[in-house]
Amino acid sequence: MSVEPIALRGTELSGKAGTEVEAARPGKRGRRVRIFGRYVALSVLAFVVLFPIYITIVNSLLQPSQIAAKSPTFFPTSPQWHTYSDAWTDGHLASYLRNSFIQTGLIVAGQLVTSILAGYAFAFLRFPFKRTLFVVFLATLMVPFEITIITNLQTVSNTLNVYDNLGNTLGTFAALAVPFLATGFGAFLLRQTFLQLPKDLQDAAKLDGYGHLRFLTRVAVPLARPTIAALAVFSFLSAWNQYLWPLLVTRDDQLRTVQIGLKQLRATNIDQVNVTFAGTVLAFIPLVILLLIFQKQLVRGLTAGAVKG
Amino acid sequence: MSTPADAVVEPGAASRPAVAPAPRGRRFNRAVREAGLGYLLLLPAFLIFAVFIFYPFFRNFYLGFFSTPPFPGQPKNYVGLDQYKDVLTSSEFLDSLKVTVIFAVITVPVGIALGILLAVLAHQKLKGVAIYRAFFSSTVATSIAVASVIFGTLLSPQVGLLQGIQTEPSILQNPDPIINISLPVIRSFIPSVALTAVAVTTIWQNLGLSFILMSAGLQAVPDELQEAAEIDGAGPWRRFWNVTLPLLSPTIFFAFVVGSIFAFQTFGQIDLLTPRGGPLKTTNVLTYYIYDQLQFSKNDGKAAVLAIALFGVTLLLTLIQFQFLERRVSYER
Repeated sequence: MSVEPIALRGTELSGKAGTEVEAARPGKRGRRVRIFGRYVALSVLAFVVLFPIYITIVNSLLQPSQIAAKSPTFFPTSPQWHTYSDAWTDGHLASYLRNSFIQTGLIVAGQLVTSILAGYAFAFLRFPFKRTLFVVFLATLMVPFEITIITNLQTVSNTLNVYDNLGNTLGTFAALAVPFLATGFGAFLLRQTFLQLPKDLQDAAKLDGYGHLRFLTRVAVPLARPTIAALAVFSFLSAWNQYLWPLLVTRDDQLRTVQIGLKQLRATNIDQVNVTFAGTVLAFIPLVILLLIFQKQLVRGLTAGAVKG
Repeated sequence: MSTPADAVVEPGAASRPAVAPAPRGRRFNRAVREAGLGYLLLLPAFLIFAVFIFYPFFRNFYLGFFSTPPFPGQPKNYVGLDQYKDVLTSSEFLDSLKVTVIFAVITVPVGIALGILLAVLAHQKLKGVAIYRAFFSSTVATSIAVASVIFGTLLSPQVGLLQGIQTEPSILQNPDPIINISLPVIRSFIPSVALTAVAVTTIWQNLGLSFILMSAGLQAVPDELQEAAEIDGAGPWRRFWNVTLPLLSPTIFFAFVVGSIFAFQTFGQIDLLTPRGGPLKTTNVLTYYIYDQLQFSKNDGKAAVLAIALFGVTLLLTLIQFQFLERRVSYER
C-alpha cells in the first residue's frame, strides 16, 4: 500500500491556485463571458455536492408531514428547532457523541505514542533485526481489519466480558480502543520524518550530553510536530468514522458510538424523520468544526504518500 | 553513534583494534543498552500488532479447517481443505465476489474522475475560488454512516423529495438491473438499482477526499509546464490530456490502489442502506458476507475462509495494479 510514500510533502488547500493563463485572445467581453462560465460551472458542481447536506439541514427543521408531502419544501418557513433537543436527549446523541469522543481520544493518543516511540527506534537506534521488524510493521498495512474480526471478537469478549456484562463501560471502551492503539502507517510516517532531521542536531545534542529520552522529547518530537499533527488528524478521522468494529462490540445502547447511534436513531424514529435528520446534522458538526480548524493538517495527513512533489 | 552498534551488527568489529578511546567492555555495554531501548520502544506497537493483527490473521487459516455444525453446542468438525473448496466454489461466494468487483469498478473510477473534474475547475485564479474549494472538500466531514442515513432517508418512499421518480418497489429495495438488457450474459454483470444507489452514496461521500487528493496533486504540477504548452499552441483540452493528466498520474495511481482496497472493504453502506445485503443478495459484498456469516449464521469457519478470500483478492488486485498500471505512471518531472 505504500506507493512511494513521501512524508512531509503535504500541500495545502489554501495554497496558491494555478495560474489562469489568459492567452492572447482578443476581446474583453469574450474573456468576461468565459470567467462567468467558470463561475457557473463551479456553482453548479458546488450545488450538486452540497445539496444532500442542505436538504438534510432543511428537513431537520420541517415537520414530518412537510417532509412526506408530495411537493417538497426547500426552505423551512417555520423551523422546528425542538428536533435538535429531541435528538440530543431522547435520541441519545449526547451520549453517542461522548462515547465517540472517548473512543477516538484514546485511539489518537495511543497511536501517537506508539508511533513516535517506534518511529524513533527505527530512525535513531541500532539493534539486530531492525530491517526485519520494520518489514513486519509495514506488513500490518496489508492486512485489512475486516479480516481479523472473527478472532478479535473472541479475544475481546473472552478477556473483557463485553457481552456478559452489558453495563460494562470500561470493558466496552477497552474493546473499542485497544485493537487500534498502534498503526504501521504512523510508525512509518514518523520514521520518515525523524530520518529527515539534520544529522548535526543529533551530534550537537550528544555533545550536550542528551540521552535518547531527552533527545526524543526535547528535539525530535518538537521538530516533528507538523507530521504528528497530520497523523493526529488522520487518526481522528479514521477512528471517528469506524463502523464495523463498534457495531460488533457495543451492545448497550448507552455505549454506542455516534456512527452506530445514527443507525439506532433512524430505526427508532421512523415516524419522526426530522429528528433523524437533526441527529445526522449533530453527528457531523463536530467534524466540520474540527476540519475547519485543522484543514492544513488534514490535507497533509491524507496526501502523505499520494503526491510526489 | 555508529561505532558501538557495529559491535553488534558485525561481530568481527569487536576484535579489531579499538580506534575510539572507549574501552571494549563499555562499548559493548552501550550497544546492548541501545538495542534494549530499541526493542522496548517497539514493544507497545508490536504487542498490539501481534495480538490484534497477526494472530487473528493466521488463525483464520486454522479456523477454516473446521466446519460449524448446524446446531449450536455440538463440537466443530475437522474437515481440512474441504470447507475451502466448498465455500470458494459456491455460487453464493462467486456472486458476492462479483457484486464486490462491480461495486469497485463503478465507485473507484467515477470517484477519481469527479475528483479530477472538481480539482481542475477549482485550480484557477478566480476571485472567491477558496470558497468553492471548501465546498468541494466538505464531504470529508461526513462519515459513511452520515452519508448513508442522508441518502437512505432521502431515497425512502416516506420522503417526498423523490416521489416524482420513485418506483415500486422503492429504489433501495429494487433488485432489477439498472439498465435493462435482455442478453443474460451481460445482464448478470449489470448492477442492480439498489447497488447503484449504494454506489452513488459512496461516491458522494468520497468526493471530498478525492478532491483534496487531486488538488494536492495538481498543486505539485509546476505551472511553467502548462505555460510552455500554452505557448506551443496547445488548447485547454490538449493541455489537460498531454500535460496535466500525465503529471497527475502518480496521484491517480495512488488513489486507484487505495480506493480499490477501500472499495473491497465496503461494509457500513450495505448495513445501513440495504436489507442485509439484499434485495436478492444484489448488494451482498464480501465484507458484508463475512459479517453475515459471523453474526447471524454464527459460522466462524466459513467466515474465516471468506476473510482469507477477501485478503487474497485484495492482495492480487493490488499486485496487478502495480504490475500493469504503474507502467503508465510518469514519476519524473
